[in-house]
Amino acid sequence: MDATFTFTVNGQEKTVTTDRQRSLLEVLREEFHLTGAKYGCGEGRCGACSVLMNGRRVLSCLTSVADADQKAITTIEGLAQGSSLHPVQEAFVEEGAMQCGYCTSGMIIAAAALLERNPEPTDEEIVAEMNVNLCRCNGYTKILQAVRRAAKKMRR
Amino acid sequence: MVEETLNETIETERAGMSAEAGCEIELSRRRLLQLLGAGLLITVTDRVSVGQRGSRDGQSMPVAARLHLNTDGTFTVMTGKVEEGQGARAQLTQAAAEELQVSADRVHLVMADTALVPDDGITAGSRSTPYTVPAVRRGAATARELLKQLAAQEWQVDASTLEVRDGTITHGTAKRTMRYADLAKARDVADAFKQSISSDVTVMSVEQWDVLGTSVPRPNWRDLATGTHRYPSDVVRPNMLYGRVLRTPSYGATLNSIDLSPAEAMEDVIVLHDDQFVGCAAPTSLRAAQAVEAVAKTASWKTVAHPSSRELSSHLKKNARTGGRSRPRIRGSVEKGLAEADKVLRATYEAAYIQHTPMEPRAAVAEWKDDNLTVWAGVDWPQRAQRDLARVFDMPGERIRVIVPDMGGGFGGKHTAEAAEEAARLAKAAGCPVSVRWTRAEEFTWAYFRPAGVIECEAGLDDRGRITAWDFATINPGGAAMDTPYAIANTRVASISTDAPLQQGAYRCLGATVNNFARESFMDELAAAAGTDPLTFRLAHLENPRIRTVLEAAARHFDWPGRRKKVTAEVGVGLACGTEKNSVVAACVEVTIDRRNGQISVNEVCEAFECGPIQNPANLTSQVQGCIVMGLGGALKEAIEFENGKILNASFAGYRPPRFRDVPKIDVHLIDNRAIPSAGGGETPIIAIAPAIGNAVFAATGVRLRSMPMRGRSLGQA
Repeated sequence: MDATFTFTVNGQEKTVTTDRQRSLLEVLREEFHLTGAKYGCGEGRCGACSVLMNGRRVLSCLTSVADADQKAITTIEGLAQGSSLHPVQEAFVEEGAMQCGYCTSGMIIAAAALLERNPEPTDEEIVAEMNVNLCRCNGYTKILQAVRRAAKKMRR
Repeated sequence: MVEETLNETIETERAGMSAEAGCEIELSRRRLLQLLGAGLLITVTDRVSVGQRGSRDGQSMPVAARLHLNTDGTFTVMTGKVEEGQGARAQLTQAAAEELQVSADRVHLVMADTALVPDDGITAGSRSTPYTVPAVRRGAATARELLKQLAAQEWQVDASTLEVRDGTITHGTAKRTMRYADLAKARDVADAFKQSISSDVTVMSVEQWDVLGTSVPRPNWRDLATGTHRYPSDVVRPNMLYGRVLRTPSYGATLNSIDLSPAEAMEDVIVLHDDQFVGCAAPTSLRAAQAVEAVAKTASWKTVAHPSSRELSSHLKKNARTGGRSRPRIRGSVEKGLAEADKVLRATYEAAYIQHTPMEPRAAVAEWKDDNLTVWAGVDWPQRAQRDLARVFDMPGERIRVIVPDMGGGFGGKHTAEAAEEAARLAKAAGCPVSVRWTRAEEFTWAYFRPAGVIECEAGLDDRGRITAWDFATINPGGAAMDTPYAIANTRVASISTDAPLQQGAYRCLGATVNNFARESFMDELAAAAGTDPLTFRLAHLENPRIRTVLEAAARHFDWPGRRKKVTAEVGVGLACGTEKNSVVAACVEVTIDRRNGQISVNEVCEAFECGPIQNPANLTSQVQGCIVMGLGGALKEAIEFENGKILNASFAGYRPPRFRDVPKIDVHLIDNRAIPSAGGGETPIIAIAPAIGNAVFAATGVRLRSMPMRGRSLGQA
């Protein structure tokens, strides 16, 4: 059943009238053509669809559009400030922590949320937060290095 | 048809070279200018032709089919290879830049677009490095020589007196210089680039490399990090609909009848029923899924019997062709060798079906315009997808354009173009572009799998601990890494086909992941039977100097002798080595076994790898690290379970690839062997992991795990 929802996406107010069963992921991708958040499993077990909702990481494939009503959503497209990358994005590029890159937006969103909450995470804390994020190129080693590097950058 | 394609896939993989030449596509100058953007481009070709394959066959291809010099002095280089995370985009950019003597940022690579690029064969089998890199280098080197000739004509000097450095041609004695950009304005480069690529043009020697051999980053990393790169599943076209296809409820089921009216009654939904194909397209993915669900409820199916994964090994053995050995490779006499043996060992190894699970499932967007079809798809060979589509729609290939945007992983799993065909069918019916993106459950069920296998091994040992005979029969995985690299007088190896219950095809190093597991585990059994250290035992049978080098390197960095002495009932160390696709690998691992529940944890992997001269060290490191972790999955956790024609664990809830928590300490040692040509490095580093883990478990527990994935339940007896 269709209903109207209003939320901000990357700072812009958006209104959409659509089936309330649709996932936030589907609405971001198909209504707003913000395709940075990816479909990887549809069951909340790969993290590729991660976005920030009121500053916290959510799995947008399991979040209904109705749950996003009146919330502030940030996707990977909204993380950089103009042409300057977010420190987590910078760190991923500098470490080369990407192979196919399909998991990357979810990894970066997850790391950005973690570092916002906990600027000096231990490796165990990073792993605990990021374990839901799957990378099939299995680039975990460099991703972990990138998150450590980002933490240092953000403390500066 | 699907099975045929998959068989071809495996054969292609086994053959180590693409099976067929691509077709040639006529392309007008005007068309190419439209596609690449006028103004940028000054040279064009009148045809796009066969690259990798053609070069190997000595067929000529004009320089212009491979590259263009733009008026700003940059180059546009074209290749049929796809980028799926393995690093071909950076590496092929480097290859061209090296020969053109420019920095990598002056080369723009156009990949995998049938309207623009030569057919470089399938992206598989680690072939981009040994075949496509040289093909691109020959093209770029020919271009460099032609540009020198044009400068020589301009200056009325001998071309051999000219040098090129950093995009500038210099005539030393006359102290004259000319930039490529100036040359592009002064001379008819387009005309010069009509000449064929020379097969014997001089390319830069490894000692001269200054772009190759360095860690050039992937040119579009920033787009990946900002979410702006459009993967196949992200492509959006005007008025595009989202498509979903009705799948059969089980393997081999056929549709008896279906009532389409529930979907037809839905607003804005297009329904297509063509024989066994039923699909719906709608303005949203949810609506398309609901429409398919609605008609699925009305479908009646004829199902067929299908074996279960519980009886997989017996099924593979029972159906092995010709009662055993199809075309074994024999050296000496296994019977004689066994007769001379002091001890004879026999063992049977097994491996489950596993899935590639690339992060991006199959996806394609199709668009018809004036009877021409354009498809954006995640496939490993755009020209083959083009041929497949031409067959399905009974139309000439020239009217089909397949574009492969850099895609979200493959690992050998995206040789087939199912989503492209489905999207094209639905787009034709809908009269507007359609995007078909497989769900994870579809990818788990309807993509093909790495073959399961049963391997029967028998070997004899003499009283001095030498192997006298080696008999190795591998049922179903195929022949990759089937031959033993050890010096044994009497050997017999055979790859045996059987009735494969699931669709199977290529994988990262394909059957080598299974065959190397069996061989290196069985070697460990022989070492134990001989009472010899596994490293000493291998070295005593190993003449191949490259394998010896990596094995000794891994053992040294890991401190094998020291660590071996510290083995306990809970902590074990193991090693394994191997060769495939002209590269060599060895790994040492340490595992901990929880004796309460049999849980195996890998603490550390130390791997040495050599694939000739290293072309991009950072990318190769990523590939080796990725192979190591992917290897953990097949070794310990991944297995497709099926029953009554249904996949029982078609989700990440039931099928468990490695995650952050599973990553051990990883220590990679790359050996830069400059005495041979470069080989690919994205596959072979996976093959030593599983056997090294099994051997480490044995070292700690005395229990030999012979079935992949190795589940430690039997170890939890304490």
